[in-house]
Amino acid sequence: MIRVQLPAHLRTLAGVKGEVMLDVQGQITQRSILDALEACYPMLRGTIRDHVTQQRRPYVRFFACEQDLSHDSPDAPLPEEVATAREPFLVIGAMAGG
Amino acid sequence: MNNVRVLVGTRKGAFVLSSDGKRDRWDVSGPHFAGWEIYHVKGSPADPNRLYASQSSGWFGQLIQRSNDGGKTWAPVGNQFTYDGVPGTHQWYDGTAHPWEFKRVWHLEPSLTDPETVYAGVEDAALFRSTDGGQTWGELSGLRGHGSGPHWQPGAGGMCLHTIVLDPSDPQRIFIAISAAGAFRSDDAGKTWRPINKGLKSEGIPDPAAEVGHCVHRIAMHPSRPGVLFMQKHWDIMRSDDSGDSWREVSGNLPTDFGFPIDIHAHEPETIYVVPIKSDSEHYPPEGKLRVYRSRTGGDEWEALTNGLPQSNCYVNVLRDAMAVDSLESCGVYFGTTGGQVYASRDAGDTWAPIVRDLPAVLSVEVQTLP
Repeated sequence: MIRVQLPAHLRTLAGVKGEVMLDVQGQITQRSILDALEACYPMLRGTIRDHVTQQRRPYVRFFACEQDLSHDSPDAPLPEEVATAREPFLVIGAMAGG
Repeated sequence: MNNVRVLVGTRKGAFVLSSDGKRDRWDVSGPHFAGWEIYHVKGSPADPNRLYASQSSGWFGQLIQRSNDGGKTWAPVGNQFTYDGVPGTHQWYDGTAHPWEFKRVWHLEPSLTDPETVYAGVEDAALFRSTDGGQTWGELSGLRGHGSGPHWQPGAGGMCLHTIVLDPSDPQRIFIAISAAGAFRSDDAGKTWRPINKGLKSEGIPDPAAEVGHCVHRIAMHPSRPGVLFMQKHWDIMRSDDSGDSWREVSGNLPTDFGFPIDIHAHEPETIYVVPIKSDSEHYPPEGKLRVYRSRTGGDEWEALTNGLPQSNCYVNVLRDAMAVDSLESCGVYFGTTGGQVYASRDAGDTWAPIVRDLPAVLSVEVQTLP
């Protein structure tokens, strides 16, 4: 299982509290996590990445293991700590504006 | 006795204000979708408990919410707005070509007859339609594909399609307006479009009487007289008696003819309402006095309505979608301000009182008159 932390607005939208636990098949990457997340919670489609291009929305960031992974390839393997659920994959709403 | 439901979209959530037909005591529910911008909430004329809401944020983009119980509960529906084909370009503020990019839904217009059908006016300007209750959306791309599309340019608020008017006498006829392209009409249910801006004159564009390029702020139609349209343009109040084929100015004695909303009395198609705003940069009422102006003559002759509205130190704005009327015997008129007040008049504008005073900035107000 993979641990995912969502920002508060997306937790409300998805109707979840706390971390989301996802069963992700294959290599653990940003794309495979988001694919699994959107499959479980279809209302999140379009809120984290574009429907068509699958590009990350500009004010969304991906953190894990105290690193900003936002600019990494969506197909790059994520740290072992995420793949083994010792650390969560964090979806962050960037601090900006009001 | 009838009930009234006022649907309010704000910068930080939606609110539903409910009252019986007396309209003197109000129940306030909300904020729904707290923290999100709610550009518009509107109910289906065919099923008043079916509501649609446009929910968006700079962080997480666009969502469409749907309620089947008059706003008590909501569920997200489809939010994929993809332009048909290769989107092409329009003009940017500096005159360069800029790719069409979806930003948000400004206005939702449910079908007059089918609760499952709803139109969405979006930024960058385009018209979408759903026929499955908002689950999926398809572009009516004949509008954006009109030959003038590459010359459209955004207004200060973005290049938004903000007004959708459906003709109750002709299901094939749709009117829309875009800032700053102008007004357009379709006579074939949205397949093809033509600009209807003859008679508009706009300073600030190279040809003041151009076919497109006008910053139309809002269009209103009375359902009993669908051939007559009223328009609040960036500057000027305009009237058309031929379904938009031609327009004439009816600003008359208004203190300023700049403003955003325009609406029509539910039972008197010649009685119209506007909220004059001082200028296109100041965006507040002249002299700090919040005044609705009413014309009972279809324009040209206007009277200030001030009873119950602040007449000193008031510097709020009233945005284009933030005025509506109910259809009770004594017509109610409602508007919301960027200062968070929603004012209501139970007597067609003669007197006013706030329903709420301290909401987030109000983006839209719609009213449902319920059995």
